[in-house]
Amino acid sequence: MDKALANFRICDFTGQLAGAGATKWLSAFGAEVIRIEDPARQGRWDILRGMEPFKPGQSGLEYGGGFNNHNTDKLGITLNLRTAKGKQILTDLIKISDAVTENFAAGVLERWGFGYPQLQAIKPDIVYVSNCGFGHEGPYHQYKTWGPIVQAVSGLTFTSALPGEPPAGWGYSYMDHTGGYYMAMAIMLALLHKQRTGEGQWVDLACTEAAVTLNGPALLDWTVNQVPTRQAVQPSSNRSQFAPMAPHGIYPCAGDDEWIAISCRHQQDWALLRPLLQSDSDVDWTAEFDDETYRLAHQDSLDAAMAAWTGQHEKLALQTRLQALPIPVAAVNKPAERIDEDPTTGDFGLWPTVQHSAMGEVRVDGMPVHMSATDWHMARGAPCLGEHNHDVLNRLLGLSEQEINQLADEGVL
Amino acid sequence: MTALSDITVIELANERISFAGKLLADMGADVVLIEPPGGDISRTYPPYLDGEADVNQSLYFWHYNTGKRSVVLDLQSPSARAQLKQLLQQADILLESQPTQQLATWGLDYADLQPDNPGLIHIAVTPYGRQSPLSDLPTTDLTLMAAGGPPWSCGYDDHSLPPVRGLGNQAYHTGSHFAYLSALTALLYRNTHHRGQFIDVSITASLNVTTEAASYSWLVKQATVQRQTGRHAAVEPSGETQMQCADGRYVNTGVPPRFPEEFGRLLQWLQKLDLADQFPEAVFLEMGAAWEGPFDLSQIGKDDTITAIFGAGREGLKLIARSVTAYEFFIGCQDAGLAVGIINSPEEAFEDKHFKARGFQVEVEHEDLQRTFRYPGAPYRMPASPWQISRRAPQLGEHTDAVLASLA
Repeated sequence: MDKALANFRICDFTGQLAGAGATKWLSAFGAEVIRIEDPARQGRWDILRGMEPFKPGQSGLEYGGGFNNHNTDKLGITLNLRTAKGKQILTDLIKISDAVTENFAAGVLERWGFGYPQLQAIKPDIVYVSNCGFGHEGPYHQYKTWGPIVQAVSGLTFTSALPGEPPAGWGYSYMDHTGGYYMAMAIMLALLHKQRTGEGQWVDLACTEAAVTLNGPALLDWTVNQVPTRQAVQPSSNRSQFAPMAPHGIYPCAGDDEWIAISCRHQQDWALLRPLLQSDSDVDWTAEFDDETYRLAHQDSLDAAMAAWTGQHEKLALQTRLQALPIPVAAVNKPAERIDEDPTTGDFGLWPTVQHSAMGEVRVDGMPVHMSATDWHMARGAPCLGEHNHDVLNRLLGLSEQEINQLADEGVL
Repeated sequence: MTALSDITVIELANERISFAGKLLADMGADVVLIEPPGGDISRTYPPYLDGEADVNQSLYFWHYNTGKRSVVLDLQSPSARAQLKQLLQQADILLESQPTQQLATWGLDYADLQPDNPGLIHIAVTPYGRQSPLSDLPTTDLTLMAAGGPPWSCGYDDHSLPPVRGLGNQAYHTGSHFAYLSALTALLYRNTHHRGQFIDVSITASLNVTTEAASYSWLVKQATVQRQTGRHAAVEPSGETQMQCADGRYVNTGVPPRFPEEFGRLLQWLQKLDLADQFPEAVFLEMGAAWEGPFDLSQIGKDDTITAIFGAGREGLKLIARSVTAYEFFIGCQDAGLAVGIINSPEEAFEDKHFKARGFQVEVEHEDLQRTFRYPGAPYRMPASPWQISRRAPQLGEHTDAVLASLA
């Protein structure tokens, strides 16, 4: 099968998830992604390199489970940009690359001597995509972020909460993942533009801006109707935000920390659900809620009644019964359930096994798409520090074995 | 010229994919939205302009359909399906979220279209993928999220409270992000290989690989993360990072101080606010500031001194938070080099001076209403091929005549 992006070479300084997640997409579709790390700091700028989770019995810089997950099939080289020879090798690599990508704090690559004007001087049609929390311009451009900070500042943390409680936010870096998606989009859009016009560009991606776009209808309610989302009492974010639906929530099931999500979109869904609710009770409690307007106005008592009902049932059995009606339903899946026990992910091939030089075989996140002519492929784990120094410098830049060994001895690699 | 000008997209209206269509339209593609008579159901979703329900006044629909053209076709009728087939024979991209067998039944699936239009990129976005019968069951953003994994990681330390689903249609967004990524990938390939393809996007699979350590903690060592208030779900419980400030608003302190200079700056700030005297742990901040070399973070909780220094860092931040507003805390910490975020509501973020200065707010003219409204702007700034809302969302069927007239 063809590789969709086999014609592209990326000179890649990204790390963590927000950057590495972007170039993971490109490498999965066949782009040659050359990951450049600092030998003086043993690549520790990417804190995931040596961070948990580790496979049993392993630990250290070559074993970070997240690092492996986000850097599959990339080539890894080390380059000390404090040295003149290091800068020259980078210059030679940029000359034969289509894009330079990074997610440092604003200004870092510039201080190494590789800001956009310098990149352009080296290769006039270069695509340069920078991804940092607040972008490279604006009052906060020097402020630092992590995924949770981006989510907080942009409004996403605020809109994940239960009434009377502080924000629950996102229990993971949703915006590191999603910022990575936007970075991959920006790289490919710029490459499309270059295919058409021969022209490169610098894309200044601010993760916080991408995040603010993810609450669009609520923002228009503000700009058009002056209705804010900050209210005296925050509604539950498990309820329906726009279309009027009730019941609509996450309810407890039998067992420890077991939950199920149920939505009745309209009166027809309720009519399907009601006999099932009533069959488990001697008291006719559902009649009270038969009117849709009444249900919407009395969601607190409806939710309490729903929870009392769902609590009698095991979540997967209940999911099967509601799917048979059918109304919208899904058990809140735990990681083990959705990874090892759910045929919809297993049959999709969502968890490929890659071979990592130090870790051995590891399963990773695959891609949630299949393309009939150019599907993705994952085989190799993340590169160990400098794992492809010889391959890249010899194959692409024509350096001899002896020259490469000498560069290593001099601390350039 | 923009990155996607000259690209024609046929989008069969469905709320699950409307965001993917918007991402394409805002980069210059001609996105033709095919709606049933009466309009797509999302035209009935609040909020509405001035609170008045009308198919042309849903702000929900406005947001998700900027730059698109609206064509009404009753696909129950064979003649309308023939017209759709003609449109698809000239299209670059088909974006749809139909039941898995629907298009084949109509003779409009990829296998039917490809012979006449080998360059067509057909993107099918379904709950569980085209091969799964579960994809034909009804879903909402909430049930897709629950199935795909995010709520398991989101909520509170108190596990008697339910897991939480973040607002904003993020299940639809995540599926749409992967539909769009796939479209761009297929276009890059088509430009050199001159052939299209069929793309199968699963929304729940998209969510499954958008859960960070929840998935890879299981994949790597079969460990299960547990949800915690306002911070990452984790296998081992971690310290709180969310603090309430003097004005009642919250901040997220992210990673607390961990470098000597950060402990020093924190101490200076406490002194400036005249709080150092009432903070007995200030002595540990002094020790932290004077520490030689980096801290061994693995010793937190083991070495008494390091534990006390890091505890003082967290407590010092809390003390400041109780004395200043959330915005002052955010600015003060960031100016001291600490990655801290104020927890804004969406509109507070939108009105913040940083985003205004970057030109994030854009004006969209609604000439039919003789009004102009502010919309959220570009997710990426591309100077050579600018993101742009070329026009407001279409009125129902606004372009039916013009588009169908173009068919021979």
